[in-house]
Amino acid sequence: MTMLYENIRLALFSLRANKMRALLTMLGIIIGIASVIAIMTVGDSVTATVTESMSALGANNITLSLQQRPEDEEEDTASLWGMNFGDDEEEKEPTDKDYITTDMLKSLKDAFGDAIETYSVTESVGAGEIQDNERTASVSVMGTSLGYFWANDLEILQGNYFSERDLTDGAYVALLSEDALDDLFDGSAEAAVGSRITTAIDDKYYNFIIEGVYSEPEDETGGAAMMAYYMGGMDTTDLYIPLKTAQAINHTSGYRSLTVVVDPEQNPDELAAQIEDFFDNLYRNNRDFEVQAMSLSSMVSIMESIMNTLTTAIALIGGIALIVGGIGVMNIMLVSITERTREIGTRKALGAPNSSIRIQFIIESIVICIIGGAIGIVIGCLGGIAAADYVGASATPSLRSILISLGFSMAIGVFFGYHPANKAAKLNPIDALRYE
Amino acid sequence: MGRTIIDLKDIYKRFYIGTPNELEVLHGISFNVNEGEFVAVVGQSGSGKSTLMNIIGALDRPTEGAYMLDGVDMIAAKDNELSKIRNRKIGFVFQTYNLISKTNALKNVEMPMLYAGVPGRRRIERAKELLKMVDMQDRMKHLPEELSGGQKQRVAIARAMANDPAIILADEPTGALDSATGRMVMDLFHKLHDEEGKTIVLITHSPELAEETERIITIRDGNVIGERRGNG
Ligand SMILES: Nc1ncnc2c1ncn2[C@@H]1O[C@H](COP(=O)(O)OP(=O)(O)O)[C@@H](O)[C@H]1O
Ligand SMILES: [Mg+2]
Repeated sequence: MTMLYENIRLALFSLRANKMRALLTMLGIIIGIASVIAIMTVGDSVTATVTESMSALGANNITLSLQQRPEDEEEDTASLWGMNFGDDEEEKEPTDKDYITTDMLKSLKDAFGDAIETYSVTESVGAGEIQDNERTASVSVMGTSLGYFWANDLEILQGNYFSERDLTDGAYVALLSEDALDDLFDGSAEAAVGSRITTAIDDKYYNFIIEGVYSEPEDETGGAAMMAYYMGGMDTTDLYIPLKTAQAINHTSGYRSLTVVVDPEQNPDELAAQIEDFFDNLYRNNRDFEVQAMSLSSMVSIMESIMNTLTTAIALIGGIALIVGGIGVMNIMLVSITERTREIGTRKALGAPNSSIRIQFIIESIVICIIGGAIGIVIGCLGGIAAADYVGASATPSLRSILISLGFSMAIGVFFGYHPANKAAKLNPIDALRYE
Repeated sequence: MGRTIIDLKDIYKRFYIGTPNELEVLHGISFNVNEGEFVAVVGQSGSGKSTLMNIIGALDRPTEGAYMLDGVDMIAAKDNELSKIRNRKIGFVFQTYNLISKTNALKNVEMPMLYAGVPGRRRIERAKELLKMVDMQDRMKHLPEELSGGQKQRVAIARAMANDPAIILADEPTGALDSATGRMVMDLFHKLHDEEGKTIVLITHSPELAEETERIITIRDGNVIGERRGNG
């Protein structure tokens, strides 16, 4: 016990005597631990935030999307979540005959009855700017059904939702986000309602009358805007227009994707499989496209597994930094032992057994690594919190990752300190004493 | 006469300085030291005194020969047993002091007891007692670099006494000191011999200091060439 204390004291002493050298030695450990901690912190918080946001959209919901049939049925697995990894496959553009139609949705509803509550449909027109006199705001223009509003907990603050006639006629009316008022209409929702705004999308101009101003639920960011948020466009809000209007602008009559809001009592995964079977039947004659039905809960788990893969990959890079750091520690321990050869000889003359010399230097190596690890943990936590804050997520470094890092630092100290310590322990006493 | 504590028989030491060169430094040295004796080993520089002392002190092994220390066969002993013997039975005093740097006088004196597993309070008590004996009680918290040569050597003597060893081995302990401080250190050895009855083997250059001991062994070129009584 006293020996342990004595060894730690001596280790700290030799570190203090060579501050610069100690710091440079620890650098690898500091960088390695800091990056692992930072990545784990950001990763955890982004996963938590995304999962939360997705769940807020309704974990029970099922997303339908039009997918190109894989040319070779066996390569089916190459296509995940709409992303085509087999890049030699020819990309086909769906035409009117391929889209999911309102009639299909009607028969789906007829087939499943109360299991399906409503559809939340969106048709993205594109990103653009809206203008109010001199000022502009970025928006992402989206055609939506009422079900979308309902599914996303959006609320009309001022004005009204689209009228039945607007919806059936495809009128050029729009709902503006409350957040966009920061830049437009002097922040006044009353002034906004009834105003005419011009939107530029892909060099084409469209005029919309603002029918209402909506607000998003607190602390949750809605679908497209949330994605835009993570892509870096912080100030982009969604401008909602009637679905039919969006389809007219896009020259389409059907849907590429939509969300089915299901009865919470239903098992979403089972229902998704049944809905997919239903569409497989409808699309059995379509050689190019099929409809994929996926529950949000399975999307969340895919998201989580993607985040996990990312976290693992970056943790691996941190691990490599740690190994490099460990080699640095080994190097400095070898230097330190050479410098202190006479001290080792003296200790042996005083009766220190080999084991005690070995332990002394392993402890010194552990002390270096743990101090480096602790500095790394502090930097990693601060960096992780700052990075998470930057992407708008709140982060708390997990105690688990801190403890793992400390344990890892210690293990590095033992692993890379063992060889130098053993070398010191095995020195012949008289050779060590006579060393110049 | 007390019993034999150091018993050396036909000790050879050869250094291999790259084949086929072989340097024989000790050519079959034999002598005994009795318990409680104060012996001086003298000889020219390079005659093999230190090599001999390192063998007596179990810091090195002879190439050939028999060596018994306090009834223990030192040739057969394993490395770990030798560590223990150095710790309990031998107290070293070096010409260059060899105090552990960045470690204060008290902790330096404690060190052999630390390796012997003496519990904290007893250790500190004994270290203080020893420092008082060498008149260094006022410098307990001083680091070696803050002490003069004579003071360092006094701390080293206190450290050599820590585990109450059977023999004290001193290799030119006054070699780096001026004659006045050397005198003080020498007086300490006399005190250890007279008051504590310690067995002391002193290697020295100085004929006057050697004369103060009980027996003088002269070495030349790795052979014992003479043995006579001193005035001590
Ligand atoms: N480890 C060693 N390797 C080679 N030669 C050595 C070694 N140790 C001592 N010697 C040689 O042995 C001889 C005796 O040295 P030493 O015992 O130190 O003499 P002294 O202490 O009497 O001055 C010297 O010639 C020295 O060079
Ligand atoms: Mg010598």
